[in-house]
Amino acid sequence: MADSKAAGGGFYGNLGKIYGGYAGGFIVFTLILAVLEQMGVPNKIIGYCFVILTIGVYAYIGILSRTMDLSEYYVAGRKVPALYNGMATGADWMSAASFISMAGGIYLGGFNALGYVLGWTGGYVLVGILLAPYLRKFGQFTVPDFLGTRYEGNGARLAGVLVLFCASFTYIVAQCFGIGIITSRFLGIPFEVAIFVGLLGILVCSMLGGMRAVTWTQVAQYIILIIAYLVPVVWLSTKKYGIPIPELTYGQALDQIAQLETKLGVVKHFTDAFTDAKGQFSWTEFNNFWALVLCLMIGTASLPHILMRYFTTPSVREARTSVAWSIFFIFLLYFTAPAYAAFAKLEVYQNVIGQPIASLPAWVQNWSQVGGLLTIKDGNSDGILQLSEFIINQDIIVLSMPEIAGLPYVVSGLVAAGGLAAALSTADGLLLAIANALSHDVYYKMIDPKASTARRLIVARGLLVGVALIAAAVAGTRPSGIIQMVAWAFSLAAAGLFAPLVLGIWWKRTTKIGAVTGMLSGFGVCLFYLVMTRYAPETFKGMFGTDLWFGIRNISSAVFGLPVAFGVTYVVSLMTPAPSKEMQNFVDSIRTPGGAVAAHTA
Amino acid sequence: MAPKLDTAQMQRYWTKTSALMWTIFALWIFFSFVAPLFAVQLNTIRFLGFPLGFYMAAQGSLLAFVVLCVWNAISQNKIDEEFGVQED
Repeated sequence: MADSKAAGGGFYGNLGKIYGGYAGGFIVFTLILAVLEQMGVPNKIIGYCFVILTIGVYAYIGILSRTMDLSEYYVAGRKVPALYNGMATGADWMSAASFISMAGGIYLGGFNALGYVLGWTGGYVLVGILLAPYLRKFGQFTVPDFLGTRYEGNGARLAGVLVLFCASFTYIVAQCFGIGIITSRFLGIPFEVAIFVGLLGILVCSMLGGMRAVTWTQVAQYIILIIAYLVPVVWLSTKKYGIPIPELTYGQALDQIAQLETKLGVVKHFTDAFTDAKGQFSWTEFNNFWALVLCLMIGTASLPHILMRYFTTPSVREARTSVAWSIFFIFLLYFTAPAYAAFAKLEVYQNVIGQPIASLPAWVQNWSQVGGLLTIKDGNSDGILQLSEFIINQDIIVLSMPEIAGLPYVVSGLVAAGGLAAALSTADGLLLAIANALSHDVYYKMIDPKASTARRLIVARGLLVGVALIAAAVAGTRPSGIIQMVAWAFSLAAAGLFAPLVLGIWWKRTTKIGAVTGMLSGFGVCLFYLVMTRYAPETFKGMFGTDLWFGIRNISSAVFGLPVAFGVTYVVSLMTPAPSKEMQNFVDSIRTPGGAVAAHTA
Repeated sequence: MAPKLDTAQMQRYWTKTSALMWTIFALWIFFSFVAPLFAVQLNTIRFLGFPLGFYMAAQGSLLAFVVLCVWNAISQNKIDEEFGVQED
């Protein structure tokens, strides 16, 4: 396999066989562990097998894909077929937030949390119609490359790198946090140590082979994560309703939940839209819903680690097709997530609440030990678990649901492997986006344009390790919940990058100064709102006399940054001289798939 | 190599491409914002055993997004071929 990869021919011709065999192998591996479990092998060993063997496979692919070629390192040689790029994008995209936290969010928030499901899928429509094909035609290595060329100079390039760094770094800290939770729980080691163990898993995939290694591990990771996510839900659907298609059956679970809500005296109903904690319709919830959907969708179309995946397809046409494959593969998980949440809720209502606390199963013990994510407190000392005495963190619902529902432990191990695949694959994509921007855009384009290929690759790898270590250290301080950190990243990217990218392609009149001022002001407003409301709420209140502008939570900060970014770019562009004829030709040339990209100066 | 379009052809090509973009963009707005934001009203209707408002936000709009992306890829490829600007 190593040789055929290097040659480029045999490997690309046999992708279907290779990954088909790999998926089959993984299923056999899971079945063997299932048999071993029945034969009495302890849970701990099963957990170890899943975590260590899957990381081993990724490391193996990573080492096979090592490269010293710039185009292979930065854009996987632009040889990734649309279908596989779709899978890789799926893994790149679905992170710890989607896999571990999203269904948990729906479990706790009901309808209001469906904003995440909508927001994290619809953005691909924007990627497909506004950006991906044009960025592919442009055909350089990074997103700041495009900004630096279209807006002629290092000002736009540097502003792009700044936004990219802030957004991607916030995002990657959340992934390290998720990796820490899983490795800590399934290897039985302390959270702070677990983060660094997981870090090794990230680095072996990306360090030696750059984008090429990340691409082929991400395809492998997608296969594991989608199997892992679907198995418990399909199992429960079959067990409860006899039909293995959870998306059709969980309507019944929703009905049962509604009945139990009445019985247990829950006032905020699961399926009711835009309700507050008291179960009343709330305009604040309504506004936060659409604001979140908007920020997540625009953020999707702005995050460099996603956009750069479309740099790797062989053609513009394949880039477009690849967007369609991406959203299809992502859709498979997202339209299952609410079913996951509904089944978990039903299990808890039916089989956990109302039980004697002393007789609760072992999973309660096991999860209580992972950093206070599950607490059970017998408030009224009657020995029976009441709903209000069961406090579960959204980040462990998905991971613990198989145990809560009484499925064999092998399913828990499988879900852990899936969650790990999701977190590792996204962390790798993000790490590469950051390290590439620093090594290619800052070091090579701005500091030392004469640097040799070998030197550029060494710098890229050094930065990769450095950024990874810092991210893991920050994650160790537990700055916030996974889903919240990820949503911040989306807002930051949306406010800073969406306007210059879209206008750069769709409005020829956008000027260099207009774009740079628009970017910085939009990003500035978003960052200001986020940081102030999060870290200095008192000062914020003193300045504006209110806790939040229009009640919009800071996960949707881009709602304020976006209009500023577009407004400033528009006004300043009209006030400054129109871009040169060459630049207009350049824009024309990236609008059509065929032909060469017109000459440009920067 | 694809022939270079003259200004008028380029204009027509871009008008067509933009029209497709705006059509899909409008549908994107509908499925992202219009349908989900009427969830309270839609929830009074049952669909496939679900409250319709919940169904749209959890499944219906997502399906629509997939269709929009496939449609965009197919239609834009056709426009490219019509103007002869596809890649070789």
